[in-house]
Amino acid sequence: MIEGIGIENILIVNTLLFFIGIYGFLTRKNLVTILMSVELILTAVNINFVAFNKYYYPENLQGHFFALFVIAVAATEAAVAIAIIISLYRRIKVIDVERADEMKY
Amino acid sequence: MEKILFYIFSSVIIIFSIMCVTSRRILRAAVFLLFVLLSAAGIFFMMSYHFLAAVQITIYAGGIIVLFIFSIMLTSHVDEKLEAPAFKKVYFSFMACLLGACLTIFAFLKYEFPIPSSKQPVNSMQVIGKSLLNYESGGYALPFEVISILLLAAIVGTIMITRRDETK
Repeated sequence: MIEGIGIENILIVNTLLFFIGIYGFLTRKNLVTILMSVELILTAVNINFVAFNKYYYPENLQGHFFALFVIAVAATEAAVAIAIIISLYRRIKVIDVERADEMKY
Repeated sequence: MEKILFYIFSSVIIIFSIMCVTSRRILRAAVFLLFVLLSAAGIFFMMSYHFLAAVQITIYAGGIIVLFIFSIMLTSHVDEKLEAPAFKKVYFSFMACLLGACLTIFAFLKYEFPIPSSKQPVNSMQVIGKSLLNYESGGYALPFEVISILLLAAIVGTIMITRRDETK
């Protein structure tokens, strides 16, 4: 644990980070910035996993490994999403969620 | 000392994440995201999970940010400004997030957290490596292999999606 810091402080920071990420997810229109908000949300969750692991179960490493796998999944997700964004840009020249509606119908 | 460091890291996280979701220049938003991820790695270092912090820096700050910056360069002009979102959208999203954050913080401030365990932490590199490849109870060999398959599938999918259509 971090000297002099209760787990509540870490949880408050993570809650704020998580909801800032959700705010960005709701208000942004550009696909790349939406993906950035998703990364913010995943980081908040990651710090939470590690904090609970460190404060209550330091003799095990479950939270640590879960955070590791979340990082791996986030990396693959970002790679695939950016591939989709670039091929969308090649086709219709915009990456706004409101104007990219070619695959809807 | 550690208290001050923690407060510095957490204020950097909050301030730069707000700037990341509100900045209208998209390349700057990517750089602010980089600061947030580096401070998260700093918090991992403070909890003495060194391996996880190193992974966070190499994969997130090194890999994903570069990928983001490349895709920004490929899809939009560098000093292009995004249009501001409509006021109604900002207002309702802000209210929803404020409500959610207040509810969550209220819920866990009411809860009495037990005293942190004082057991000796085991997080040396040796333990991490051994349990990642251990297939007996308490090992992580199966998720490790599943992640490998996922990475392979992502590589194949990415190549298939971005390949130019030669038949046209």
